[in-house]
Amino acid sequence: MDTIYLNSPDSLFIREVEEESGQVLSRCYQCGNCTAGCPMAFSFDSPVSRIMRLIQAGQKEAVLSSRAVWLCASCETCTQRCPNTIDVARIMDVCRHMARREKKSGIYAVKVFFDSFLLAVERHGRPHELGIMALFMARTGRFWTDLDLAPTMLTKGKMALLPHNVEGRGEVAEIFRRFRDGASDAALVKALRGGRAATAPGGPGMRERGVSEEKSGEGLA
Amino acid sequence: MSVSIGYFPGCSGLGTSMEYERSTRAVCTSLGLSLREIPDWNCCGSTPAHTVDHVLSAALSSRIFAQAESAGITDVITPCPSCLKNLRNCLDGMEDPLFAARVEALTERPLHMRHSVRSVLQVLVEDIGPEAIAARVRRPLAGLKAVPYYGCLMTRPGEVMRFDNPENPMGLDRLLEALGVEVLPFPLKTDCCGASFAVPAREAAPRLGGRILDLAASLGADLVVVACPLCQMNLDLRQSQIKAKSGGSYRLAVPYYTQLMAYAFGLPDADAGFHKLAVGMQPALERMRDRAVQKAAQEREEAAKRAVRNKAAAQKMASPAPLPEAEAAEKDAGPAGGEA
Repeated sequence: MDTIYLNSPDSLFIREVEEESGQVLSRCYQCGNCTAGCPMAFSFDSPVSRIMRLIQAGQKEAVLSSRAVWLCASCETCTQRCPNTIDVARIMDVCRHMARREKKSGIYAVKVFFDSFLLAVERHGRPHELGIMALFMARTGRFWTDLDLAPTMLTKGKMALLPHNVEGRGEVAEIFRRFRDGASDAALVKALRGGRAATAPGGPGMRERGVSEEKSGEGLA
Repeated sequence: MSVSIGYFPGCSGLGTSMEYERSTRAVCTSLGLSLREIPDWNCCGSTPAHTVDHVLSAALSSRIFAQAESAGITDVITPCPSCLKNLRNCLDGMEDPLFAARVEALTERPLHMRHSVRSVLQVLVEDIGPEAIAARVRRPLAGLKAVPYYGCLMTRPGEVMRFDNPENPMGLDRLLEALGVEVLPFPLKTDCCGASFAVPAREAAPRLGGRILDLAASLGADLVVVACPLCQMNLDLRQSQIKAKSGGSYRLAVPYYTQLMAYAFGLPDADAGFHKLAVGMQPALERMRDRAVQKAAQEREEAAKRAVRNKAAAQKMASPAPLPEAEAAEKDAGPAGGEA
């Protein structure tokens, strides 16, 4: 992997990851338990414990352009086994959110598959497997994807040819539209609430993982 | 007595996991659980939504709860662990006022009731319990060897899912035992099967499913019993793809636990829905019957041997020179001993 320059940590990046994940990064002491249990480790360019270290060192570029953040299966093994109760899977998720915002290409097929799925949800309120696969094949050029499964799915009556439309699909589409318009932006919502939530913890993870006291303490100080 | 509870089927129930959906409804009805489906529910966003943004993911779940409220439903159960994780994360997350405000900025439908959400499996294991389930069995599955596969999300992370032991759950084991199944200890019962990457990362995902199927086959299991639509599709429909990578030669049926319950309860075949599985159940059921026949023959043989031993002991206890009456009594006891 590339050289890491410890004299130029991106402290804003470290703070952002902490805020968005609600986790205290300095709790990680590199025991490697997350990597030991990670079922996708064989496919990662940086194992999850190294991603944790890279975040601590403020290596934004190395983290957000890694394949690992896109290949995390969100199986929660790392979170379950962290001796310091860090929600590691949530941190991987947050890095994936940031990589999207920074327009990192990531692993193209993974990104396209997730996007195709969500586009179907946005249009119909529910996913439509056939439509998702068609979109995925068209965007990735992988026209042979799962064609071997089609006969079984058809004969078992498991592949709907038409989407299952939800009556309130307009409402679901609005959720996506408002999200793209930035309506859920933390700073904006805080401002609209008149600063009432200014010292509230950043996300749900913090309360669940039992570190809210420390963080809200910092916020009040 | 019937208990009414809100029900979120999840999108896969309409297509790829229709047998899970049907058997779940049939089993719940027969156990006195009346399911009230949330009207006009939408997709929870599954894995793709939470990989994009946690507020977006929670907003999709929040609309589902808003729909539940419109029908006066507060407590919800769902068969799908992936839906459950998103619904739970939504409710847990919205305990935080800022997070709730951000979600409401997307849905513009604030929630007014206190909701709860659990898996169907958790309700069957904790509220109904193995004893009540065993009492409902009409066709015991004695002779069937199965490994229970919970998947990664049913119990993890423990603080979110709040069901059973996160690393070594036993609820599904106990439930299957109640049906008469011989449950084999399965070390990979909560390992990830890689389902969410089955489409976009085909070089990586089959390795994970392969580990699970290989171990189940080498333990001598007839079945891998699952509780997650994503795991099921991955291990059943994609078994041919997985074996092409791993070189395995087994054919393992991968039914949902609710299908086995429907079968054991003696419900109609259409409710059990075995015909919907890509890898058929027939070989496993035949092996189960063969074992049951063998076991019955073995038991008859042992009972006959026991009867002979008892007779010999009775003879010794009696006088050294047996009387004619005693001999006659032994002849009478012969067939009766065989039946015992």
